[in-house]
Amino acid sequence: MPLEDPTVQKILLISALYVFALAAFLGYQVISRVPPLLHTPLMSATNAISGISLVGSIVTAGARYNTISTILGFIAVVCSTTNVVGGFVITDRMLKMFKRKEIAKKD
Amino acid sequence: MSHPETAKRGMHLAEFGMLMAIIGTLMHHEIVTFRWILPGLAVGSLVGLVMGLWVPMTAMPQRTALSHAFGAFAAALVGISEFYRSGGHLENKFMLGALGFEVMLGALTTTGSLLAFAKVQGLVRGTPMTYKGQNVFNMALLAVTIGIFIYLLIVPGSMPLFFTMVGLAFVFGLLLVMPIGSADMPVVMSLLNSYAGLASAATGFVLSNKVLIIAGTLDGFSGFILSILMCRAMNRSMTNVLFGAFGSAATAAAGGEQEGSMREVGLDDIATQLAYANKVVFVPGYGLATAQAQHAVRELADVLEKRGVTVKYGIHPVAGRMPGHMNVLLAEANVPYSALYELEQINPEFPTTDVAVVIGANDVVNPDARDNPGSPIAGMPILEVDRSKSVVVLKRGQGKGFSGLENPLFFKPVTGMLYGDAKDTLTRLVQAVQHA
Repeated sequence: MPLEDPTVQKILLISALYVFALAAFLGYQVISRVPPLLHTPLMSATNAISGISLVGSIVTAGARYNTISTILGFIAVVCSTTNVVGGFVITDRMLKMFKRKEIAKKD
Repeated sequence: MSHPETAKRGMHLAEFGMLMAIIGTLMHHEIVTFRWILPGLAVGSLVGLVMGLWVPMTAMPQRTALSHAFGAFAAALVGISEFYRSGGHLENKFMLGALGFEVMLGALTTTGSLLAFAKVQGLVRGTPMTYKGQNVFNMALLAVTIGIFIYLLIVPGSMPLFFTMVGLAFVFGLLLVMPIGSADMPVVMSLLNSYAGLASAATGFVLSNKVLIIAGTLDGFSGFILSILMCRAMNRSMTNVLFGAFGSAATAAAGGEQEGSMREVGLDDIATQLAYANKVVFVPGYGLATAQAQHAVRELADVLEKRGVTVKYGIHPVAGRMPGHMNVLLAEANVPYSALYELEQINPEFPTTDVAVVIGANDVVNPDARDNPGSPIAGMPILEVDRSKSVVVLKRGQGKGFSGLENPLFFKPVTGMLYGDAKDTLTRLVQAVQHA
């Protein structure tokens, strides 16, 4: 069946909604177990993860649609890469700082 | 990520997954040219690395706000470009709906986060900015924006209207954060986090990309749960934080005159007190971050521990400018996380605490929240330092905190005030304790 077919469209949409609901549930379960101790790292981690919109930006910048799309896509790629790289680097840095007592004493 | 140890492993897993997703996308059949992608990736990585490696931990709230702005901006741009390409005629109404949602959220998060950044950074005054009829005006603006959105859904294809909507959303972002004071920044921060995530998820719907939907939703919910937690920690509802413009009208009514006076104490007295105490609890606040005093605190704690004093840290959920801010700062100074205690854990310990040292914190230790039902922060859970045998408050000056509230704790007989820069004071305390 071609992708433009309304039934295919509908199935795609329903599966997308399904994924959304599952992710929401999973997100709730996972996040509510994170202790306040780790809230800042959590935030920068989710930040990095949401930089996954990079995927969308890449498509926009790379597919030859038109000049405006490409320019907007380019800016979007820069923005989201900054988020991904910066987010992960800083989360790593933060998590490395959390030490147990014995280890902390050695420094 | 429920424990610091496993969190590291989880993060590496996430990094790997992300890399795979990006490579997968680069192979995508719709991609015909890399001319713009590669430079974009390079520039972004560079900026990201620089920010990631050199941003001091005290500036974490600023960085987070900025990166919310970036993420949301990217989502908005992708949405705009999609709309422009299709001339407003997307495959179906649902996609158009998701797109509108994405662009609106993206736009308002961008400007909102930038303003939040400016407020935390101190570029803009942190106090709430209000004017008469503000809420009405904001709501009207939001209604107009959504109205255009609905019109576009029914009669698609109007470019100027679409851009008006985007512009209005940008403006609305500014107006949304404007009336919110710095003290409420943790809530705003996590809320914006949530919006940025939802914008990403909507992008996923527009592009039919499941990875985007999952990641965006996770982010959206994480931010949402965090904001609810933060609100609960202040015993205020979300609407109250967003529309309350805290500390403007309410304070005037509650700012009654305080009985008694603040007792200033000498550095050496405190050093002696600390040196001969059994248990000392440090209560850090945003002042610790501004004074960059986290290392000095740990030095003092080390000296005390060497003398056999039990040292603990009591951390309020909304201390600082973003969720978990204080924990990260103290972790940076090598304080083991086993010494950091949450509100519920530390409160029962105060009656047996000899000295509670409050460093640059104000509202989170304000006993008015517990005792005075008329106080604007009534009902907010606090760290009950006033129950300990003696309290020392390290403070920059005699002024009020950023909420503008009077703090009766400072006037209690058990409390001694020590004015000055927190870092400087703490360093001098370390020396004094060593000689004690």
